[in-house]
Amino acid sequence: MLVLVIQIVTGIFLVMNYKPDAATAFASVEYIMRDVPGGWIIRYMHSTGASAFFIVVYLHMFRGLLYGSYRKPRELVWIFGCAIFLCLMAEAFMGYLLPWGQMSYWGAQVIVNLFSAIPFVGPDLALLIRGDYVVGDATLNRFFSFHVIAVPLVLLGLVVAHLLALHDVGSNNPDGVEIKGPNAPRDSAGHPLDGIPFHPYYTVHDIFGVSVFLMVFSAIIFFAPEFGGYFLEYNNFIPADPLKTPLHIAPVWYFTPFYSMLRAITSEMMYALIACVAAGTLFGVLKAKLPLVLRGAVGVAGVVVIAMMLSIDAKFWGVVVMGGAVIILFFLPWLDKSPVKSIRYRPDWHKYLYAVFVVFFMILAYLGVQPPSPTGERVSQVGTLFYFGFFILMPWWSQLGEPKQVPARVTFAAH
Amino acid sequence: MKKALLILIAALAFAVSAQASEGGIPWDKAPNKQNDTAALQHGAKLFVNYCLNCHSASYMRFNRLKDIGLTEQQIKDNLLFTTEKVGETMKAAIDPRQAKDWFGGNPPDLSVIARSRSAEGKGTGADYLYTYLRTYYPDDTKATGWNNLAFPNVAMPHVLWQLQGQRVPVFEKVEEHGEEVQSFKGWKQITPGTLSSEAYDEAIGDLVNYLQWMAEPAQSIRVQVGVWVMLFLLVLVTFTWRLNAAFWKDVK
Repeated sequence: MLVLVIQIVTGIFLVMNYKPDAATAFASVEYIMRDVPGGWIIRYMHSTGASAFFIVVYLHMFRGLLYGSYRKPRELVWIFGCAIFLCLMAEAFMGYLLPWGQMSYWGAQVIVNLFSAIPFVGPDLALLIRGDYVVGDATLNRFFSFHVIAVPLVLLGLVVAHLLALHDVGSNNPDGVEIKGPNAPRDSAGHPLDGIPFHPYYTVHDIFGVSVFLMVFSAIIFFAPEFGGYFLEYNNFIPADPLKTPLHIAPVWYFTPFYSMLRAITSEMMYALIACVAAGTLFGVLKAKLPLVLRGAVGVAGVVVIAMMLSIDAKFWGVVVMGGAVIILFFLPWLDKSPVKSIRYRPDWHKYLYAVFVVFFMILAYLGVQPPSPTGERVSQVGTLFYFGFFILMPWWSQLGEPKQVPARVTFAAH
Repeated sequence: MKKALLILIAALAFAVSAQASEGGIPWDKAPNKQNDTAALQHGAKLFVNYCLNCHSASYMRFNRLKDIGLTEQQIKDNLLFTTEKVGETMKAAIDPRQAKDWFGGNPPDLSVIARSRSAEGKGTGADYLYTYLRTYYPDDTKATGWNNLAFPNVAMPHVLWQLQGQRVPVFEKVEEHGEEVQSFKGWKQITPGTLSSEAYDEAIGDLVNYLQWMAEPAQSIRVQVGVWVMLFLLVLVTFTWRLNAAFWKDVK
């Protein structure tokens, strides 16, 4: 929330001095850095804020994943949250074009070209997004418009919806116990015994959290605003040049896990994917406890998908995988069939599975920054399979193992 | 959970160690003289006299040089060759069309060159520039007669050659993975320059530090403000931490 406010407020001031014009955009950013009083700090707050936003969002999502905060009755909260994440990615991507450096330009070129991989409508769609045959002034203008008006409006609306949905069901806790459920203990006034009022307890808690965050945030702004080339890429200090392609185009760090998945889908990898789909279809037809008609439908769908996988270019499927990696998060509430919510009461090996998931996610992120290499390609392919396996097989593995006894009341150790 | 953390740390360590360095000669470490006003002023003088003929620094205004201790009058008297007004940006003297004819391309703008040339695993942009400006050697096969170890086949001739003199790199053959490879060993001075080797390195150090300063003129104020902000936040964190603990102590 705080980061969102920082981004909006600093954004307002940046727009006062920024010029969305291919000829002057780069210069206007340097003008902000040099000639606008205090411009440098506003700009660093905005550029660091973009990365900080993703750090807190990734942490927030991971906490939700661990404690089962997406489970019934909080499905809607989770879905709004995923929509916010998706919106944030669009916002960051479009904002990244605005400084009009080499990496802005070529990053946008690569990502917009991905849309042209979609069969039939792709090339026209890419043209529609760019407004030109290459990324150019028209693209910059429409991305600017989206970045400062359209997407923030949607983002704010979604944040409100996320909070409203949360207020309806209340917050989860690390024990996964419903403190306001029908059987939850209450005092004579009907207040839940395990609950504490938001004020003053969580207000002071959050003020403390915010001050710690500000400390880290300021340390980066004042002492390492480029953050070793991860928050501000070195190549982006060279103005965009449509005639010079940089040797190595990498997105900013927060997109790299998904970018690795895109790069992992080679025509070789397609055979592995086809094998997965075939195995899934066979399983659906032979083993699933479904009516005969549905099983037939699964079989037909499987064959159709395999036929499409054989006939359409791997590039398209790479885009599908990259998009699917985000979309699959929306279905998480229905994929998880574990009898308990929180990781605390899951079987121990579940914890290791989550750890491996995190490690693979980080390795994918790392590989997305690196130039492509044969070893990196193999590792990212394994990582991609694991990522999807983790989610798609979740209905199966989350039921395995003996969960521990969930307490009736919230446990709390004073700290 | 501890085990999981260990695995995580091991994976990260693996990721860091796997960063391979790219080809080209390794960069020397540039001296840091960001707090040395005299060195920065000397660097500015070298920049205006040697670089600004062909390279612009079109985001940099002359009067910003006041930040490194020059007065407006000093700037006007000593450093304004290409313009009359001290509030102007640093524009090159060369005509862009002629530059394109002579060098095959326009000399890049140098305003933020020190920030753009950093490379992970190799060094900062200043390290690169410090190495680059010291590794020119005569090469008859090139149109300008010069070549460079840090930037092979560079289009720019050795502008500072009168200061440095002419040097050639000495290579020796080294056995590496069963193949003979040329390995750079050192330099041999052919003709002396007006500066000694140490004085030249010193001058380039000043110039590079100027370029680094020019890439972000606000950097010293940034760090100064940063220290105060961090001190304030440290106090704030202490208070909010204790406040939080005080409120939460009766939660059971």
